[in-house]
Amino acid sequence: MIKQISKQNIMWEEAIPGGAHWSFLMKRGTALRITDVEGGANLSALFYNREEKLERYNMADTLKAQHTAHLTKGFVCYSDMGRVLASIMEDTCGWHDTICGMSNAVLVERKYGNADYQQHRNAMHRNARDNFLIELGKWGLGKRDIVPNVNFFSKVSVDDAGDLHYETNHSKAGDFVDLRFDMNVLVVMSASQHPLDPNLKYAPKPVLLQAWTCGAAQKDDFCRNFRPENVRGFYNTELLFG
Amino acid sequence: MAIVESKLAAQQACFDCVLPAGESWLHEVKRGQIFRILDLEGNQAVDTLFYNAHNPEERYSAVDTIREQGNLYLTAGTRLLSTEGNVLMTIVADTCGRHDTLGGACAAESNSVRYAIDKKYMHSCRDSFLHALGHCGCGMGKRDLTANVNFFMNVPVTPQGELTFADGISAPGKYVEMRAEMDVYVLISNCPQLNNPCNAYNPTPVRLLIWDETRH
Repeated sequence: MIKQISKQNIMWEEAIPGGAHWSFLMKRGTALRITDVEGGANLSALFYNREEKLERYNMADTLKAQHTAHLTKGFVCYSDMGRVLASIMEDTCGWHDTICGMSNAVLVERKYGNADYQQHRNAMHRNARDNFLIELGKWGLGKRDIVPNVNFFSKVSVDDAGDLHYETNHSKAGDFVDLRFDMNVLVVMSASQHPLDPNLKYAPKPVLLQAWTCGAAQKDDFCRNFRPENVRGFYNTELLFG
Repeated sequence: MAIVESKLAAQQACFDCVLPAGESWLHEVKRGQIFRILDLEGNQAVDTLFYNAHNPEERYSAVDTIREQGNLYLTAGTRLLSTEGNVLMTIVADTCGRHDTLGGACAAESNSVRYAIDKKYMHSCRDSFLHALGHCGCGMGKRDLTANVNFFMNVPVTPQGELTFADGISAPGKYVEMRAEMDVYVLISNCPQLNNPCNAYNPTPVRLLIWDETRH
């Protein structure tokens, strides 16, 4: 059952235009629905403990704790401190990438050519790494804080030889993912094309963000009980919040 | 999996040491030097990070390395890329055939999640990393720890997207060798993990060797 968010519950709603970046704070017990408005979006994201930003999303710990190489409903995003930053409560697209990193200036220029602000105004070509540096700079963070990220709405699978396969047309218009924040989290996002997107055109897609209050994870929570490791991850998280 | 052997002889190495399990090692490898890690007893995880020695803000990037080679596993021919897209190291010889870079390093906290809450008091790779950085006087610390290489570890991903911890494919005497493409700090934790069957619950020493550019 996919829960509809009622308009009254929504704390705020914002659309991030394709190519743009933003960062904001989410409190423990709040949730964020991220919707792929047009289909084919990619949202590169990182999560930090807002009180102690040295604690951050850890791709390796997230994957090995849950014996997975992708993210979908039930999986949680672990910090490097064994705590749950965010949980995936719902997901209509089934696979989010976290092993391919983000686009950068060289990659974007190589694939799409140069388009500067002077000529193109806000349609200039942007890249995720520079977008992250700008957002992180607002919080006193920088290059040392950029670690392997989540790419919401993108699927990259791995065959038996280890070769990567980017799946085109993975996320459809209206697909969404619901994240519950289990800590007080700084969220940093860039609506940039996935670095393996074979599209020859610079065409980053917008995403819609809707935030609401959902409450902290209960004892019977789906994500908490999704794996035995997650029970311990929530225990560690609750030591911080009592 | 390409098996590529080295022509270098240990007696010509300019550096040669044995690193016991549970120890860390931070060392500069100069551009052009060849660095070898030798698995003395087999299936030992060697958790390794690389930094530009002149600007450690530029460091190994697992995800850029994977993506740019289009393949998840590290082996001979792999170029270990930095966060700035430069080549830190090129793997020039490998008799193991496949190395992991998704599994990261063990830590007190991740051990508490993966195994049991009371495992957090056991020694871990991150403790070794932090110990080495805490003593180095180089201004680096936890903020500089990122996704690392696990030399000799076999962590296959299935087409369905599951991460599995398979039996090791390394063995006593297997090695991996890489050429530094810039002056690089190499930070190693020779993994002390006792909860994982990957190393048969038995962490063992590894041998580290460096050759100068002119000697090969």
